[in-house]
Amino acid sequence: MADVTLRKVVKRYDDVEAVRGIDLDIADHEFVVLVGPSGCGKSTTLRMIAGLEDITDGDIMIGGDVVNDVPPKDRDIAMVFQNYALYPHMTVAENMSFGLRLKHYPKAEIKTRIDEAARMLDIVELVDRKPKQLSGGQRQRVAMGRAIVRNPKVFLFDEPLSNLDAKLRVQMRIEIKKVHQKVRTTTVYVTHDQVEAMTLADRVVVMNKGRIEQIGTPNDLYHHPATRFVAGFIGSPAMNFLPCRLEETSGQLHVRLTDRIAFALPPARAAHYQSVARNEKLLLGLRPEHIAEAKAHPEPGVEPFDAVLDVTEPMGMETFVYFTLEGTQVCGRVSPNAGARATGPLRLAVDLNNMHLLNEGTGAVI
Amino acid sequence: MASTLVIDKAAPTRTVKYGSMSRDRTWALRWSYFFLTLFAIFSLVPPIYMLITSLKSSAEISAATNPWWVFHPTLANYVQLLTSNQFLTFFRNSALVSILVVTITMLISVPAAFALARMRFWGSATLATGVFLTYLIPDTLLFLPLFKMFAVFGDWTGIHLIGKWYVLVIVYPTLTVPFCTWIMIGYFASIPKELDEAAIIDGASWFQTLTRIFIPVAMPGLIAATIFAFTVSWAQYLYPLVFTTATDQLVLPVGIITTLIKGDVFNWGQIMTGALLGAAPPLIIYAFLMDYYIAGLTAGATKG
Repeated sequence: MADVTLRKVVKRYDDVEAVRGIDLDIADHEFVVLVGPSGCGKSTTLRMIAGLEDITDGDIMIGGDVVNDVPPKDRDIAMVFQNYALYPHMTVAENMSFGLRLKHYPKAEIKTRIDEAARMLDIVELVDRKPKQLSGGQRQRVAMGRAIVRNPKVFLFDEPLSNLDAKLRVQMRIEIKKVHQKVRTTTVYVTHDQVEAMTLADRVVVMNKGRIEQIGTPNDLYHHPATRFVAGFIGSPAMNFLPCRLEETSGQLHVRLTDRIAFALPPARAAHYQSVARNEKLLLGLRPEHIAEAKAHPEPGVEPFDAVLDVTEPMGMETFVYFTLEGTQVCGRVSPNAGARATGPLRLAVDLNNMHLLNEGTGAVI
Repeated sequence: MASTLVIDKAAPTRTVKYGSMSRDRTWALRWSYFFLTLFAIFSLVPPIYMLITSLKSSAEISAATNPWWVFHPTLANYVQLLTSNQFLTFFRNSALVSILVVTITMLISVPAAFALARMRFWGSATLATGVFLTYLIPDTLLFLPLFKMFAVFGDWTGIHLIGKWYVLVIVYPTLTVPFCTWIMIGYFASIPKELDEAAIIDGASWFQTLTRIFIPVAMPGLIAATIFAFTVSWAQYLYPLVFTTATDQLVLPVGIITTLIKGDVFNWGQIMTGALLGAAPPLIIYAFLMDYYIAGLTAGATKG
């Protein structure tokens, strides 16, 4: 087991810079998820840690040793691929033991390790089958088993659940978490699915255009995003961004959305935003759950307004409502009993205690 | 709930075209059977004619009775050929040449294809195309320069290969290696890249990746290439005709023609028997390898 460190790592293909100098410290036993849209450089970063891609510049360290020029087999890592990459002509047991057999481990040792991994992954009765006789979820378990038996310093997962259907994905997500809780191996996990990132990670690394946007715990990223990209990427449905500006009327700081709608900021927020220039172009960031039905006795900082709904999406436990504000579609989350009909007026309230204010030009959260 | 009753007034007059899909299928099947039958007749008539003729005595053949019927069946032709040392020598030469050529071809083209398909190096794509272009040059164009090369080589070194059966072991791979390499490049390229990456991470060297992952996974392709190499070397006629002359150095196709046709005397019964016996080994090999060939060994490697 070991920590993984990336220092100013760059990957350049001919004239395209896929990874643009990223720094990352992954602690021993930590589960870190790299997340971002396709083409953000997350997979390239993982493949550089694995040694499947050369690095153009910078250093990668595993367990304190620089491994820039160390071949993959000597890095003591194991990788799980999106399409499983099981050897089709070998049984499950042979697939799992391939690496150990190449290293000439004693037979008894190999058998113990396979038994242990198979029990952990609940595939004991499958060990004599060939990959083509297995379902997608079972294949993914075998791929994980192949990684576990090696007992490596680091696990690398490259979008391992993308090929599974939604229900199985949730189930395997829990399996992966369970396995990590048992073996405690340092793990780097790549996904484009922010839900996977949030649910699995100790820390999430949000990447965009070859750079790291923000590193933090899932809650950190959700509640304190640093940039518009992170704020919009983490959370589903995504955060609403409404063009706005600050104005001061009779000593009270307001956030003005339209000519008709302006909300008074609660004192804590007002103090925080005191130094922001008035009339600067800003964006008000509000998550759907902070736009809810208006209550008779609102808490301080919760401001009511009237909306005309375009669409409602009943989800059972909650109902998403969509309405348009100055040309921008806004999503709110109301209780199923709030009386939201398919279309029509509804009195909603915004919770400004949880608001974010972003600079429209730079996208930075203020 | 009487109001939910729906009366479809158009129903009685509607003309329904049921099962047009299955009708299309039926026609497709009929056409396929028609062409398959035609194809089967074309390809089966010659061997059947050979078999009938091989069971006739020379007297019956020259009597020009019904060519499609044997009135006095005899195995004399078979006995004569299978007890003739000459014929057995041809057979042995053919077998040795073919087995050695197949072995050499596989030893060269499998690693070559692996390198060209997987190890990206400078000029690898050009080289892969070049390999295929080599195959496009007809052997009728190649035999003269090849003959000249061996003659010059003999003059310089004193090692005279021309006239010996084993010269064919060196000559045939010029035909088989390019094509087999090309087939194997295709098969290797169809193996998902993650498979070799997984092997590399598991600690396999390039050689181990080839022998323990690529060769077993690409077995159908390997067999296709083997069959091709074997067929080419077993049935090749022009090169042995040019490169070998002494009777004890001949391979089967040339041997049958040169020894069983004496001047204008055609020993038809034995020629047909020899051709049939000569066609047997490839047939047996096909029959054995066909199951392997069809089995989709790559299924289950990745999703789908």
